[in-house]
Amino acid sequence: MGDKVYMVPNPPTPNVPIRFDAGICNGCNLCVEVCPTHVLMPNPEKKKPPIVLYPDECWYCGSCVEDCPRARAIQLVHPLNQSIVVSWKRKETGEYFRLGMKNPPPPNTRPPAS
Amino acid sequence: MTSWWDLIQREAPLPEWPYPVRYGEANEVATDVLVLGGGIAGCHAAINAARKGVKVTIVEKGGLRRSGQGGAGVDHWQAACTNPCSKVSPEEYTRAIMDSFAGYDCGPLRYVQCQESWDALLDCEQMGVQIRDVHDEFEGAAFRDDQTKLMFAYDYENRHTLRVHGHNMKPCLYKEVKRLGVQICDRVMATSLLTEGGKQGTRVVGATGINVRTGEFYVFRAKATVLALAHPRREWIFSTELNGGCATFADLNIVGDGHAMGWNAGAEYAMMERSVPSSGGFAYIQYGVGYPDNTWYGCTMVDAHGKQVPWFNRNGEELQTVEERFQPAPGQQFILMGGGLVGGAIGQEVTGNYLDDTLPERIRKGEITLPMYADLPSLPEHERRAIFGLMVGNEGKTRVPVYENYTRAGFDPDKDMLQAPVMPPDSYRSPHYPAGTLVPHWREIFGGGLVVDWDLRSSLEGLYSGGRCVYGAGEHAGAATSGRYAGRRAAEYAMSAPEPVLDQKQVEEEKARIYASVSKSQGSIGWKELNAGICRIMQDYCSQYRNEEALKVGLRLLSELRESELTKTYAANPHELGRVLECHTIITVGEIVIHASLARKASSQYLNFYRLDYPELDPPEWHKLLPIRLENGEVKVRELPLDYHLKPPYASTYEDNYSAHCGL
Repeated sequence: MGDKVYMVPNPPTPNVPIRFDAGICNGCNLCVEVCPTHVLMPNPEKKKPPIVLYPDECWYCGSCVEDCPRARAIQLVHPLNQSIVVSWKRKETGEYFRLGMKNPPPPNTRPPAS
Repeated sequence: MTSWWDLIQREAPLPEWPYPVRYGEANEVATDVLVLGGGIAGCHAAINAARKGVKVTIVEKGGLRRSGQGGAGVDHWQAACTNPCSKVSPEEYTRAIMDSFAGYDCGPLRYVQCQESWDALLDCEQMGVQIRDVHDEFEGAAFRDDQTKLMFAYDYENRHTLRVHGHNMKPCLYKEVKRLGVQICDRVMATSLLTEGGKQGTRVVGATGINVRTGEFYVFRAKATVLALAHPRREWIFSTELNGGCATFADLNIVGDGHAMGWNAGAEYAMMERSVPSSGGFAYIQYGVGYPDNTWYGCTMVDAHGKQVPWFNRNGEELQTVEERFQPAPGQQFILMGGGLVGGAIGQEVTGNYLDDTLPERIRKGEITLPMYADLPSLPEHERRAIFGLMVGNEGKTRVPVYENYTRAGFDPDKDMLQAPVMPPDSYRSPHYPAGTLVPHWREIFGGGLVVDWDLRSSLEGLYSGGRCVYGAGEHAGAATSGRYAGRRAAEYAMSAPEPVLDQKQVEEEKARIYASVSKSQGSIGWKELNAGICRIMQDYCSQYRNEEALKVGLRLLSELRESELTKTYAANPHELGRVLECHTIITVGEIVIHASLARKASSQYLNFYRLDYPELDPPEWHKLLPIRLENGEVKVRELPLDYHLKPPYASTYEDNYSAHCGL
């Protein structure tokens, strides 16, 4: 609290398709070159994560994440109107889970088929 | 601080545009083969033209490394009829496709695919794409050939479609394009074709473009041009509010720039009246909900109480085992399934096995209770891993968006059943649930494009084409094969073609058009509102049901829009300027669609085309293509038999035409 409040337009939607972890990203801007729809712009401050300028133009291909040389520097997040329906039921127990739930189960660490 | 929204809430000036802005500054490029569009078709065209030893330039609006509809990956490879395990010949496969579409498909493009799909894939393997089960993860699976380690999809008996580890397909193609010394113009949007004497219908001698980062102007002079700019996707549907840049399957860049520039140059187009309904941005995550089709083909579906939904074959017989889902029905030679065919084919001969298509009625009766689930745990291990691990994991937009995100959130296909979306009962008529509930007047173009000959040359000298710029449906392997073929033919032509001469007046007029939106006038609209306005015209006047009068109103409105709102549309930077120019494209494509719709004075279930004033379905005299083009600014329509490619001046068989033209 105490931060200044500004007159600003509503945030562009979807709000955060791409999230950077500033502690991992080193601002190499490879993702800026990878993104086909120009969602990302280089940060004017060197070595800082790119700016997500056009979140409304992301097509959720995930290439920025896949091609990033630093694991977990970038996360792709689907808009809530899509991710909210992604749910699953554990067959044995009938337990219910969903993407984005408050207390998620432990990750499944098996990689894709190679 | 990573979003623009964060940036404006700080006490520092807004950062300036990160690239130098050089509106109007001219770059002139001379080349032998100019490839417009750097997706799957464009990359294969550039690679194969370059191998002929000519100078090649490729122009791409996004970044070549990952751009295009196939840029994010591919999980299966169709029509590999010449792979060592295939039991289907190129001729049989092509004929099956043509019959399925009642002739409304491009024979040369299909046959080229059937002949070269396997070769194109071997080429990709050389570039670094994994096309075999080299780590023996699927040893013993019914869909694997132990000698070649190839893996097959959909029809394990006939083995014409392969499963591939194509998540890095595009970066591999990109590397090869660079290795061959192709000149890459990244972030350059092609805006028009240049023609001899600046006239419609003459030889194509180059193109213009604009860099969407810097605003620089490009003039390309080329002996031959390959149009590989996919097909229009923002004609009836546009909203970024729900799902950002994927209101349709394609990314925002894909608007049909190739269609608009080919049309303006006087090239001939067919089947532009055909379209299919879409959910208009209310779709679910692609490949990311439980369903039994396409990438998830063969998956067991159960209802809320665990009751299994039965599968059937095309004879209407209920299947008893999982294995049968991947086998043709008794008496059926082979099955065709996968992208580019989904929802499009009408013929029964090659129809695949399917989940109960009476689901809507059974849901209404209470026999099936929603929500349903994709019961992965009940599948044999190899099938489960093939769906979630091989297909989901390599198909475009799955490796990170679905596989990585879901497993990180704890999803385990060995234990968990992924829910299918809960939709109105009728939405389950099609097994492609991720598409959501289709709305009849929210449509997408399906198969309209350039008319081509057996060289994949358009009606204009010097203009070749591959992928979805060509009429007829296609998908990843279709784009790859037609791209490589068009690249070869364009290079052959370029070797003996006369030096191209540009018409400076045509160049200057295009330049003026391009930069008209660079103004800072107050009160004008931006590209998004304009796009949505064009879509409204198409939704209202040229949609599921059409008639002469309404189509003409639509045509008038598009023309008025071009004269008024479009001239005032505002572009704040080169990126927005590119998006405004896309709106020019979208208006032009709308006009092509309406002209094509006016030309067909009959309804057709094959084309999903319904005229209120000509309700009779598929009268035999209208069973033909109606190619349209511009000549001196006037629309000309002619008639063309559906099998024109097997009639004089061509030979009467696919094989003879291919042998005479393929250049191998």
